Amino acid sequence: MTVTNVHKDPDALTMAITVELDATVERAWQLWADPRQLERWWGPPGYPATFVDHDLTVGRRTTYYMTSPEAEKYHGWWEVLAADPPRRLEVRDGFADDTGQPNDDLPVGTMVVTLDERDGRTEMVITSHFPTLEAMEQVLAMGQEEGMVEAIGQIEAILAGTASS
Amino acid sequence: MVITYNHMVVGLLEAGRADRVFHALADVTRRDIVVRTLEGEHSVSALARLYPMSFAAVQKHVAVLEEAGLVTKQRKGREQLVRGNVDTVRRASQLLDALEAVWRGRVDRMSEILTDPDGGTP
Repeated sequence: MTVTNVHKDPDALTMAITVELDATVERAWQLWADPRQLERWWGPPGYPATFVDHDLTVGRRTTYYMTSPEAEKYHGWWEVLAADPPRRLEVRDGFADDTGQPNDDLPVGTMVVTLDERDGRTEMVITSHFPTLEAMEQVLAMGQEEGMVEAIGQIEAILAGTASS
Repeated sequence: MVITYNHMVVGLLEAGRADRVFHALADVTRRDIVVRTLEGEHSVSALARLYPMSFAAVQKHVAVLEEAGLVTKQRKGREQLVRGNVDTVRRASQLLDALEAVWRGRVDRMSEILTDPDGGTP
């Protein structure tokens, strides 16, 4: 397991995950910068991601979609707020409508990635932040299988609790 | 690891029910109805005014959510009141747990790419 720390702050609606990667900082940066590599890890199993436009230059937008097993497409975008290859990336992360146009009714989160060299390995910290609880809720309900499965587990637990009480 | 965990969670669910919840949450309007009705009761007619679609269409969305157990509907006089049924899901700490699961899955896949002898080119 390469995750070395997870810090969750429910008041600040922020989660930071620290990961140790057996790679140089330059190599680790490619996981983010190369759309073909990004496609292999961004979407959950069964929901492959396709990055249409991807350019980690400040002000640029990345557009992508994830395809569900039922062939439904979930469109999303990033807007690059700061980029200092290969050490730091800051993006706004949101959802788009069926044509790929950003949907202003849907919440936008921010994601900050830092990469630091540690004895030839890379320590990567990804900090994810949401403006409101509702925003976080919507993002996690949005075709992100792992989050949805978690939510379903909780719904089941509530229903089970109600049934037994 | 995350995959095993997911299968475990899914294994606890009745397959048909999981399908209904996934299907219910796969629509933007329905997700919005869930979020709004978690914040407070809404009548179907009040919800219908929020979206550029017919009363009947909104009523149908509510029915899908009700079938998935995500909202409950109660008749009060002439009104049908809709209430979100997943209060616990709102709690930030649990949402953060879900977010953690998402990122653990991603990190697992990143590690696989880095150990790939092809150096990440598919």
